[in-house]
Amino acid sequence: MTETLAETTAEAEEPLPEFPMPRATGCPFAPPPTAQALHTERPVTRVRLWDGSAPWLVTRYADQRALLGDPRVSSEATRPGFPHASAGFRENAGRRRSFITMDDPEHARIRRMVTAPFAIKRIEAMRPEIQRITDELIDTMLAGPAPADLVRALALPLPSLVICKLLGVPYEDHDFFQRNSSKLINRHSSVEEVVGANEALTDYLDGLVAAKLANPADDMLSELASRVTAGELTQRDAANMGVLLLIAGHETTANMIALGTVALLENPDQLAVLRETEDPKVIARAVEELLRYLTIVHNGRRRVALEDIEIGGETIRAGEGIIVYTSTGNWDSEVFAEPERLDIGRDARRHMAFGFGIHQCLGQPLARVELQVVYGTLYRRIPTLRLATGVDQLPFKDDGLVYGVYELPVTWAS
Amino acid sequence: MRVEVDVPKCVASGQCVMIAPDVFDQREEDGIVILLEERPAPELHADVRESAVVCPAAAIRVVEK
Ligand code: HEM
Ligand code: SF4
Repeated sequence: MTETLAETTAEAEEPLPEFPMPRATGCPFAPPPTAQALHTERPVTRVRLWDGSAPWLVTRYADQRALLGDPRVSSEATRPGFPHASAGFRENAGRRRSFITMDDPEHARIRRMVTAPFAIKRIEAMRPEIQRITDELIDTMLAGPAPADLVRALALPLPSLVICKLLGVPYEDHDFFQRNSSKLINRHSSVEEVVGANEALTDYLDGLVAAKLANPADDMLSELASRVTAGELTQRDAANMGVLLLIAGHETTANMIALGTVALLENPDQLAVLRETEDPKVIARAVEELLRYLTIVHNGRRRVALEDIEIGGETIRAGEGIIVYTSTGNWDSEVFAEPERLDIGRDARRHMAFGFGIHQCLGQPLARVELQVVYGTLYRRIPTLRLATGVDQLPFKDDGLVYGVYELPVTWAS
Repeated sequence: MRVEVDVPKCVASGQCVMIAPDVFDQREEDGIVILLEERPAPELHADVRESAVVCPAAAIRVVEK
């Protein structure tokens, strides 16, 4: 009895771990050591956020799947108790409503307006075009001086070009939208920066939707414009959706290309397998494993409980915030043996790098084809590819919603 | 094995089509699941079970018998 009491007091007085946690120096791919320790010791536990709030951090795969699939768990970022990543994110929550922060049935109604172009067959039909763009970008890089920055030469332009084409956004404006989207998803941006970037992007997309209303083309913004005409969406809703699709469509895949390349260069035996294969199945497996291993959307899926929920021996009360930390879920040894090993031969399809539940990534078929094309092409075409700097010198994106590198200097034997 | 899909639950992730294209397809208008084979051949069973596990919306049910 006395012992239990003492333990309870000690626990109550122990300061909560702060979230997000830093990664260990020299381990750019592993989830932070504190989070890994919580995963084994206290898989459902409270953490402290920047604003002093104390939402729950859920670190185990099984609990994560259960919560992300639970209708008592809400994505509505405007609800009290929602765990925001920064003051800017909180301020923006009310201004920027798109289906990623809505619950069903509203979420389902709107998501279904944009699912058709991401169907597997439609995306497969884009593969030759994605291959052509990839080859051209690699040609251009090889024709230029070495070292080159792989982010600017390939990782960023490829997904940007593809999403621009799909949406009907002029690629010439890429400096503008890339600059603003990286501000928007950086948790160190000030409130003014986040709000300003959001306004700039929404006004820009609003203008494009208006142009498509007058002059429709065969692209997604024109499809959204037709929903505006039909009275199913306001023009501002359509613009917000455009912003979501544009950002989600390039920031993510770009980081997988660059960070995936770093991970492979650090694991030469795995890289050698990719360099020597033309088997689409081998490449597809490698993509899933890299998605699992890197879990680049590394800020946790943010949610709020609508009712009391029992999970992992704890009770999350209605109105409390939840952070489903897929970085440790994807490194859960009960699901993935030796999770710290990058093993492109393993079957990693159960990973949650695209999330889980009704919000699971809409763009995953596109992201997969882009990554399969790049991982299946880049190392075969440039077998001598290597970093032009030490891994410890790389500027990692610890401050962003999406993990990756800001720059990736690479070189090759000419 | 018998397969059931709960169409209203589907979020058009495409995962089942990617894993078991002989059993699942997607509607052209919105990418929502179409069940092609209610009783898939034994060599497809492993893929169908994997699809049910991976489906983010718990929209695929496998009745083993
Ligand atoms: C490797 C690349 C990608 C990764 C790792 C990724 C990751 C994710 C994750 C984790 C979520 C879940 C958000 C949540 O549960 O709160 C998500 C949702 C989403 N993703 Fe992706 N994504 C990628 C590429 C793309 C692409 C290419 C698009 C294309 C437009 C896209 C569009 C979206 C959209 C619209 C949502 C919101 C879905 C909803 O709320 O129903 N993503 N993504
Ligand atoms: S895996 Fe599930 S959610 Fe995705 S398309 Fe198939 S049935 Fe729909």
